Amino acid sequence: MDRRNFLKTIALSGASLTTLKEVDAMSVLTQSFQTTQATAKYDLVAVMGGEPEVMFRQAITEMGGMKNFINRGDKVCVKPNIGWDQPPEMGADTNPKLVAEIIKQCFDAGAKEVIVFDHPCDEWRKCYTNSGIEAAAKAAGAKVVPAHQESYYKEVSVPKGKNLKSAKIHEAIVDSDKWINVPCLKNHGGAQLTISMKNYMGIVWDRGYFHAHDLQQCIADICTYEKRPVLNVVDAYRIMKTNGPRGKSPSDVVLAKGLFVSQDIVAVDTAAANFFNQVRKIPVESVKHIVNAQALGLGTMDLDKLNIRRIKI
Amino acid sequence: MMLKKIRVTVSILLVSLITLYFLDFRGFLPQRFSFLAEIQFIPALLALNVGIIVALVMLTLIFGRIYCSSVCPMGIYQDVVAWLSKKFTKKKRYTYSKAKTVLRWSVLGVVVVAFLFGFTFLLGLLDPYGAYGRMVTHLFRPAYLAGNNLLEAIFTSFGNYTFYKVAIYGLGLFSTIVALITLLGIGLLAWRNGRTYCNTLCPAGTVLGFLSKFSLFKIQFENDKCNSCGLCSMKCKASCLDAKNKKIDYSRCVTCFNCIESCNRDAIKYAPILPRRKRMVDPVPAYSYDKPAKSVDTSKRRFLSATLLSAIAAGNLIAQETAGKLRSKKEPKRQTPIAPPGAIDFNHLREKCISCHLCVSKCPSHVIKPAFLEYGLGGMMQPHLYFDHGFCNYDCTVCGDVCPTGALTPLTVEEKHHTQMGQVHFILENCIVYCDETSCGACSEHCPTQAVSMVPYKGALTIPQIDPTICVGCGGCESICPAIPYKAIYVEGQEAHNRIEIKEEKPEEIIIEDFGF
Repeated sequence: MDRRNFLKTIALSGASLTTLKEVDAMSVLTQSFQTTQATAKYDLVAVMGGEPEVMFRQAITEMGGMKNFINRGDKVCVKPNIGWDQPPEMGADTNPKLVAEIIKQCFDAGAKEVIVFDHPCDEWRKCYTNSGIEAAAKAAGAKVVPAHQESYYKEVSVPKGKNLKSAKIHEAIVDSDKWINVPCLKNHGGAQLTISMKNYMGIVWDRGYFHAHDLQQCIADICTYEKRPVLNVVDAYRIMKTNGPRGKSPSDVVLAKGLFVSQDIVAVDTAAANFFNQVRKIPVESVKHIVNAQALGLGTMDLDKLNIRRIKI
Repeated sequence: MMLKKIRVTVSILLVSLITLYFLDFRGFLPQRFSFLAEIQFIPALLALNVGIIVALVMLTLIFGRIYCSSVCPMGIYQDVVAWLSKKFTKKKRYTYSKAKTVLRWSVLGVVVVAFLFGFTFLLGLLDPYGAYGRMVTHLFRPAYLAGNNLLEAIFTSFGNYTFYKVAIYGLGLFSTIVALITLLGIGLLAWRNGRTYCNTLCPAGTVLGFLSKFSLFKIQFENDKCNSCGLCSMKCKASCLDAKNKKIDYSRCVTCFNCIESCNRDAIKYAPILPRRKRMVDPVPAYSYDKPAKSVDTSKRRFLSATLLSAIAAGNLIAQETAGKLRSKKEPKRQTPIAPPGAIDFNHLREKCISCHLCVSKCPSHVIKPAFLEYGLGGMMQPHLYFDHGFCNYDCTVCGDVCPTGALTPLTVEEKHHTQMGQVHFILENCIVYCDETSCGACSEHCPTQAVSMVPYKGALTIPQIDPTICVGCGGCESICPAIPYKAIYVEGQEAHNRIEIKEEKPEEIIIEDFGF
């Protein structure tokens, strides 16, 4: 952090402590209230065989419609994976068609504003452009905001975390009424698989801390941040089976045409991991952050106990 | 009158465009605007860009030093400073001065000899375009970025995301000091005496000045109309007009047309002149206005710069010594700098690069900065890669595309993928997976070729394994490695870039029929 940023942070945090604290606390209260209020017909919906936007339309209908999760006037944040400067064909980032469809549905449900962002690994302008997500999201009416500077992030505490007690989270999430987590399903050199929970690393500023303090525990820890996504939508239209999360060549990618939707982040990641295992063996037990998240009470890996709707198109 | 207006309009347009091209980090000006750098005289010479060289030589042989007047950004910078000085000193007047012929040709001689011995640094230091580029990169750019951030703060507070924030940081003390000295030194000369730099130190000015002696169109006195009032001499920013003797030193005239505008009697014209034998204007008049140019100045300057240099070098050495004593884990230390993509090898870079820092300004990933002594004395200020703010984007070829001298040759994306700038080195003792026995893999995540891949370690853990033969040297791994205090992985540069082989992998046909749960 340079001096300029330091001074700015001091000034900003001072201001927020005196004026904004109450407002933030209020929004957190309403958030958790509304989240628990949403009652879906199914715990998890799995779709396969269609185009991304078609599969999502089916899935959200089965979940009782977007109105179940988004209220009129909500400020919504949609968080795809835009980590890499790769074209959609590589499946390194969330499918732009899916992102656009989710935004559209949010507006149809009465959302006042939809914001899209990610904290990419590659140079952010190239990621936003070449993933096709910026153009698709803007066309659907969303605001696409930058996330490449520390000043866009706000410090929040993560009291339930084991190794991670606080983190700087992007203001688009912190200030939102609801957020929707839209990862893509990929192999990952360090975390084994990257799905919904690993997608949280794109909402935080300091990823280095995660890597240096037991990555698999920190991923589970950040998911205990009190503002949970109202939906996790896993894009498995193309899955990167090898050399993830960036991918080397088109031979890393399989056209799988899958989609998984759930409010239970552990369950949806377990389901997606099982789907992935049909292509390449990476046992879900070895994806330690899923196991750790279940231990933290974030959800269940026992899919048999859930009411799952499976649709083949 | 008309001529001067055209000259001023063209100059302002060109200097604004090239300055904006350096500053523009959002791609408002398309990449083909790099022609603004390519049409500069010395870059064209270095790039052996025959078309441009012929065009500039022809332009000079027909119209005189139009290049110095309207194309060279440093020339226009001096005009702007001189114009400003007039606003402050109302009675600003120039006087005719004797040509510094010996100084000019000696400087050019030294520059050429140094260049031939592979020491391009001197040419880069004095080339007006390169010097101007450094001024923009190191001095104007931070101001431009700060302005952007101010606008961003205002717009974003209203929920408008037209602007985005950018980080501002220094790119190397030495180059910044050189840029500052250039700005102030040339600025001061311009403030006092107009185009002194162009007619003493500038190698392009000396060469084009020589050519312009033979140009077809020239500023001329109409002897019957002229009463030797001397108004034109007072307006001549090149101090080349001797109104008393009705003589013009064409080697110094930058065809600015100020004299034509100043004359009340229409006694100066700009018209073709057919060179007659032995009617060349003698640049050294029979009488002398002042003492011959002394070399005292240069030696003093050399002494001062040498002192400055050794002071900086000593400071650096002491700093390194101290750091060495604090060492606990293994500290990765780059022995060889990493030359940017397209540099071919250190010699090629050293010979061709004039350190205009266009690549530094244009790199979207902010991984290029000017060297201090990494390449040795001859490579000072030349670009090398560092990974403090990012890493070299696998599919990006901007630096080679914009380089006007051919020091960085343009690469296709395909060629770039096959270019090895450096090789990855792994230090197991520093690695988080080895030390803490927890998952990491940040390095491998960022590796575009999987020269760093994660292989099974203990239990479900995976640990980095490197294959330097397929490493492109992009620095993704080094830039992201979270190990503290020392990184566990870094890139070592190499004298010459290699070509690497990329194995073709065939996609397997995989059909998924079920959910798997």
